[in-house]
Amino acid sequence: MSIYQHLPALQVVVPMLIAPLVVLMRGRGLAWAMATATSMMAFIIAVSLTNIVLETGAVSYAMGSWQAPYGIELRVTAFSALLLLIVTAASTITLLFGKQSIDSQLEEHRQPMFYAAWLLVLAGLVGIVVAGDAFNIFVFMEVSSLASYILIAAGPNRKAMPSVFKYLIMGTIGATFYLIGVGLIYMMTGTLNLADMEVRLQEVQDIKPIIVAAGFITVGLALKAAVFPLHVWLPNSYTYAPHMVTAFFAACATKVSLFVLLRFEFLVFHQNLVEHVGHFSTFLIPLAVIGILLASGVALFESHLKRLLAYSSIAQVGYILLGASMATASGLTAGIIHMFNHALAKGALFFAIACLATQVSSLRLENLGGVARKMPWTMAAFVIGGLSLVGIPGTAGFISKWLLISAVLEKGTLGIFLVVAVLVSSLMAAVYFWRIVEVAYFGDAPKQSAELHEAPKWMLLGTWFVALANIYYGLNPSLPLLLSNQAAASLLGQLP
Amino acid sequence: MVTLFAVFLLTLLVLTAIAVVQTKNLFVAVMLMGIFSLLMATVFFILDAADVALTEAAVGAGISTMLFLATLALTGEHEKPSKKGPWISGLVVAITSLILIDATFEQPYLGDPMAPVQQHVAPWYLEMTPELMDFPNVVTAVLASFRGYDTLGEVFVVLTACIGVLFILSAGPGAPNPKSPRIPTAPSVGLRHHLIPRVVGKLLIPFIVLFGLYVQFHGEYSPGGGFQAGAIIAAGMILYALLEGEKQALKVLPQSVLIGMVVGGAMLYGMVGVVGMLMGGNFLDYSVLSSNPVSGQQIGILIIEIGVGLAVCGALLAIFHAFAARRSVG
Amino acid sequence: MEILGLYNYWAYVAVLMIGFYAVIAKSNLIKKLIGLSIFQSAVFLLYITMGKVDGGTAPIIQAGVSDQIFSNPLPQVLILTAIVVGVSTLALGLAIVVRIKESYGTIEEDQIHLLDHKS
Repeated sequence: MSIYQHLPALQVVVPMLIAPLVVLMRGRGLAWAMATATSMMAFIIAVSLTNIVLETGAVSYAMGSWQAPYGIELRVTAFSALLLLIVTAASTITLLFGKQSIDSQLEEHRQPMFYAAWLLVLAGLVGIVVAGDAFNIFVFMEVSSLASYILIAAGPNRKAMPSVFKYLIMGTIGATFYLIGVGLIYMMTGTLNLADMEVRLQEVQDIKPIIVAAGFITVGLALKAAVFPLHVWLPNSYTYAPHMVTAFFAACATKVSLFVLLRFEFLVFHQNLVEHVGHFSTFLIPLAVIGILLASGVALFESHLKRLLAYSSIAQVGYILLGASMATASGLTAGIIHMFNHALAKGALFFAIACLATQVSSLRLENLGGVARKMPWTMAAFVIGGLSLVGIPGTAGFISKWLLISAVLEKGTLGIFLVVAVLVSSLMAAVYFWRIVEVAYFGDAPKQSAELHEAPKWMLLGTWFVALANIYYGLNPSLPLLLSNQAAASLLGQLP
Repeated sequence: MVTLFAVFLLTLLVLTAIAVVQTKNLFVAVMLMGIFSLLMATVFFILDAADVALTEAAVGAGISTMLFLATLALTGEHEKPSKKGPWISGLVVAITSLILIDATFEQPYLGDPMAPVQQHVAPWYLEMTPELMDFPNVVTAVLASFRGYDTLGEVFVVLTACIGVLFILSAGPGAPNPKSPRIPTAPSVGLRHHLIPRVVGKLLIPFIVLFGLYVQFHGEYSPGGGFQAGAIIAAGMILYALLEGEKQALKVLPQSVLIGMVVGGAMLYGMVGVVGMLMGGNFLDYSVLSSNPVSGQQIGILIIEIGVGLAVCGALLAIFHAFAARRSVG
Repeated sequence: MEILGLYNYWAYVAVLMIGFYAVIAKSNLIKKLIGLSIFQSAVFLLYITMGKVDGGTAPIIQAGVSDQIFSNPLPQVLILTAIVVGVSTLALGLAIVVRIKESYGTIEEDQIHLLDHKS
């Protein structure tokens, strides 16, 4: 057996098994170096897996050599490959360039455990993405959730603790709802393997438990993905987490839950529940639209920079869902590619905020007057991220907005209404960014601002790396587009 | 007869749960939770889940109660009356429960041998275990081998919780000073001066540990395995810490040794998987560990169960000590 | 007997909802965690119930005895995992509660809320 056949397992096992060793690293910076190297290794594995998937199609791996459905199957499709790239790249870039920010927010003796938890989040997230078994998804969801609580609890503000407690409660409710749903499906089909479920559900006559299961799984995962109105844990968690953790999570954490949600909706339920597509769309389109508009509205009046962007993240989850709830190839492609593009935009924005935070004492808007004059590079990267989020042509965000609008327009009259909603919310995004830009570029400096300097070079480099990626993938979106197209096709594969 | 007994137990279970939620004294609530767990364990036993019953008793009634009590010692035990209107919560709960109850009417009845759950995958496990593993406990076979990857994930959940508790409790005003660790505080002197609990407790500890070791190494033949053994031995050691005081318990098993156990246990499990990979199988394939696949499975399961036991025992003890070492503030 | 066939499932729903109510309606953080434990235990009951077979025994195969009926081992394995996950979450939650008590002096959600908005 060549090493290539083991890649799906190695993708999870490498970060997972190195995590405990990181706990033991005591030397200065050693834990960071080890975590970064591991994360890079995970990224390289993700890139090779993507290549394999693009060449040969989906890859399957039997854990312990036990064939599914008796053993646990790992399954890497084009959709998983895209998510693997997002997760591992987000982790690697934030770790590689974020050391100074983490050092400034966390005492040195607590860092080994922090980096171990970071690798466990990484292992948990990729574990969910490659899993082909419903219960295995639950186990890795818990690994990633528990480790996420640790990372957020590392935030220096005391408000981090109540925020993470709320996240823990809501996250556990979400996971337990998911577990109830999986239990009901297992009760009616006798299997836990996702592909097998799809087949065996066709023979189930008593459909009510399955409908309830669909409801519980949808609600549980929507909680984890911070879909409006189940988003209440997100703003504070993102606000009070260490800046680099926010950048990492904003880029990928909720998207992994959305990934599982879409997989269940389209692969397991759509084929088997009559009119499930209809229910799915009628429930989710309004939620997505209200979520987009309300969250953008809150962001308009928010003055804490991180919380503002956290609300914007909730709106973006709405975009992804809106695309998916069209249940058409073009809609799904738009939703899926927005996962990638939003990760780029939010990554750049939160990275720039971490740069700002190395200099300013508070991230409230009133404290940032004229900051762009002292930190031109940071703010320029911030502006690029903002333009991408608003969806200006030439940035990655434009690609997904464009695809989304053209997908929505296929829906006739409803489509026009939805386009208006998308445009209005983009306008709102433009307004809340303008508020920040106005203050940062034209505002009066607060009194103590004499000591402001540009952010550390190394962090700036990371910020610009992500910011330029926004432009690169705005001009040349072929890779994410290819993967999203394949993902959408595979999700809809068996629909008539 | 058994059915009626089960109905009685389930009713008692529901009543206990209501009592737990109703009481305003958290200490009472925690004690009732212990009873709730024991009742739950009995129900599991009646439903033929011996392994689960053992775990629920050790973890639910033993470890959880310890953790709650250790927290209550730091936070106080009185719940203030809530000003929140219970109506919205009540409504959400009522709707959810109606949906779930409605679904039960199309579910297979309890014990129906023709239910879909009893078809497909489960009979295969029952049929193949004697052939592939050559030992009687099918639960252990599924846990450690057929779904060994889940169990590996679970060990890492425990590891994560351990890292998390140590990390979160390593800061804040009540954190033990890293320069001069573990100043013994008043409660950590233990029950040294209470003669009867001390004598009885000390007599019990060797038996608890011995029972734990039996559960560990007999898991392939009777209910038990690494998780249960780890939890039981940890409970025995916690009892020791309560009787002799934190300081003495940490002298026997210092925190660094416990962390070593957690890391070592998790790594041991993972390494069995990696060795399987190096020897030409898939990850966590134990069959390739020996020339005979059956004995390969047995060797693999034995080793990973030891890894699980070490990790769970070390993690639970480390978590307990982290709470106990916390100085109470204010 | 027909009615009793579903009694286990009703009991699980009842316990589930009692726990759920405690989690969302109670303001005391420890009470919330207690509720969460009850909530999770109910799911354990769901899984174990569906694995039971009439006249069955625990899935430990005795040598020399054929035609024995065994209950389903798979839900039991899943719940062993879920129990450990539950206690891990609980431990983490309690550690957070300890830190909240230290920095806020209270573990009541509404008071924490007030303190956060004052500052």
